[in-house]
Amino acid sequence: MASRISRITGVRSMRPMLYSLNAKRSLSSTAVKLANTGADAKPAPNGNGNKGTTHFGFKDVPEEEKEILVGEVFSSVAKSYDIMNDVMSLGIHRLWKDHFVSKLDPGRRPGGEPLSILDVAGGTGDIAFRMLDWASDVHNDHQTKVLVTDINPDMLGEGKKRSLSTKYADGMCTELRLQRIRYDELTYHNIEGSRISFLVQNAEFLDSVPDNSQDLYTVAFGIRNFTNIPAALKSAHRVLKPGGVFACLEFSKVNFSLFDMVYQQYSFNVIPLMGQLIAADRDSYQYLIESIQRFPDQETFAQMIRDAGFETSGPGYENLTMGIAAIHIGVKA
Amino acid sequence: MRPLLNNTRAIRHIRSYTYKTEPSKYPGHVPTNCLQKLFLAAGSGIYSFFNPRRGDLIATLGEATALPPLMYRLRDVMLSDPTGRRILRERPRITSKTLDIAALRKYPANTVGKVYSEWLDLEGVSPDTRAPVRYIDDAECAYVMQRYRECHDFYHAITGLPIIIEGEIALKMFEFANTLIPMTGIGAVLAPLRLKPKQRERLRTIYFPWAIKNGATAKPLINVYWEEVLDRDVQELRDELGIEKPPDLRQLRKLKISHL
Repeated sequence: MASRISRITGVRSMRPMLYSLNAKRSLSSTAVKLANTGADAKPAPNGNGNKGTTHFGFKDVPEEEKEILVGEVFSSVAKSYDIMNDVMSLGIHRLWKDHFVSKLDPGRRPGGEPLSILDVAGGTGDIAFRMLDWASDVHNDHQTKVLVTDINPDMLGEGKKRSLSTKYADGMCTELRLQRIRYDELTYHNIEGSRISFLVQNAEFLDSVPDNSQDLYTVAFGIRNFTNIPAALKSAHRVLKPGGVFACLEFSKVNFSLFDMVYQQYSFNVIPLMGQLIAADRDSYQYLIESIQRFPDQETFAQMIRDAGFETSGPGYENLTMGIAAIHIGVKA
Repeated sequence: MRPLLNNTRAIRHIRSYTYKTEPSKYPGHVPTNCLQKLFLAAGSGIYSFFNPRRGDLIATLGEATALPPLMYRLRDVMLSDPTGRRILRERPRITSKTLDIAALRKYPANTVGKVYSEWLDLEGVSPDTRAPVRYIDDAECAYVMQRYRECHDFYHAITGLPIIIEGEIALKMFEFANTLIPMTGIGAVLAPLRLKPKQRERLRTIYFPWAIKNGATAKPLINVYWEEVLDRDVQELRDELGIEKPPDLRQLRKLKISHL
C-alpha cells in the first residue's frame, strides 16, 4: 500500500515526521487552497470507473485521490490527535462523546444477549472504550464486544496502544497479566477472547464484516472524511441486524447565525495556527476545518440516512452545543 | 417601504456569512490578515523560544514578522545591483539536489565551495530543504525570503561561525545589520536570554560588535550569487564584500579563559 501511494503521490516516506517538512510536501503540492469554490462535488457518472471528482476540504480532487489524501492527513495527525481535539474544541469533545454514549446506552439488558458493536473510523478508540466502560459499569455486561475499524493503520495503532492499558486488552496480553492479578479481578477479563478488536477496513465496503451481524454501528467524527457517504450508509445498513441502530456523531451546521460567524472565525483563524504550533502541520488542520464546512447540514444528512433505508424518529438528529456537532440516529427496519 | 427590522444589511450579512480569504499568489501561499499574522508571530515566537529545535516555527516567525516595508527594501537592494537583478530574474534555489556536496569537497583549499563543504562536515549538517515560504503576501518578497533562508548556511561558512546557539545568535545579529529582516533582529535580541552569563558576555564584548560593524559596512550578502562564486578564494570574497572573519567561537569556548 505504501509503495502504491508513493508511486501516485511521489511521497517517499509514509511515516509522519513531525519536524521534517518532506512529508508535508505532498499536501502543499496539492495546495489545499482556502478559496471557497462554492461548488459542490461533481457527481460521478453512472456506471464503471471513478471518473468523478469529490471535495477535499475546499478543493476538488479526483475521487480515488481523496482516500489517499485523507489517509495522509490522519497519519500525520495520529500522534497528536488528542491534544489537537482538546485544543480545537476546548475539551468539549469529551462531553460530546460522553453524551453520545449515554444516549445510546449500550449494554446487555436483563434477559437479553450481549451486544456486538461496530465502531467505524474509530481509530484511537475514544468511543469504543467509553462504550465498553458503560456496558461494564452500568449494565454489568462483560461480554459486549466492540470491533473498531479504520481505514488508517496509524490511527488504529494508536488505539491498540491505548487498549493495552485498559482491561479490554488483547486476549494474549490478558493471559500474561492474569498471573499477577488478584482472583476477584479475573471476572473482569474475558479470557476467551478480547472485548475489543481492531481491523483495517474501508467503511464504504466493510469487506470483513458479515451481513446482519452488528447490533450497533457508531461513527464519531469520521463520516465527513468518507469519499462516498451514501455508500458508507448503505454498508452500515447491510451489516446491521434488523432493529440495529446506526449512530453518527459529527460536526454540523451551527443554527444561530451570529454564533456561526464567531465559530467560523475561530475555526479558520485559531485552529490551523494551533495545528502549526503544536503539531507542526497546518495543512491537515486546514483540511479538517474545511471538511467541516463542506459536510451537509443536519436536515440533508438526516434525509441521506433515511434514503439508505434507516428509520428515524422525529427530526432524526440532536444538536450539541448549538449545532457545532450533531448526533444522528437511525434504526434498521 | 422601510425594510423589516430583521432584514437589515447587518443581519443579512451575518446570516449569509461564509469565511472568505484572498486568493493565493504563489504555490504554497497562505494569505493571512494582520491579526492572524500577529497571532502567528506571538505563538511561534513563544513556542520556539522555549523549544528552539522547532526550526519550522522559527521560519514561521520570520514570515509573520516580515514587515512589508523592510521586505520591499531588501528587494530594492537586490534590484539596485546587477547580480541581485539577475538572481531575481533567474530565481535559483539551493537544495541538496542542486548543490553537489561531494563535488564541492574536491575543490581546491580556501575556495568558497571547499570551505562550505568543510563547514558542513564539521558541523554535521546538510543543505536540507529549507521550509518553503508561506505567509508573505507578495510573490517576489517571498522569493527574497526564501533565498535568504537558503543562503544562511553560506553565511555561516564564510564567517566561520558554528551552528551552536551562540554562533547562530552572532550570525543573526550580523544578518540583521546586513539585511534588516525583523526576525533576525528579534532573534539576536531575545535569544541571548536563554544563554549563560559567560556566553552573553562573549556575545556582548566580541561578537555583537563584530556583527554590527561588519554587517552594516559590508556589501549586501543577499546579492551574492553563491552558485557562481563557489570556485573563488574565500578570503578574496571576504575582502570584496568587506567582511572580517571573527574569532573562532569553538576555540574560544574550549579555552575557557576567565575574562572571555
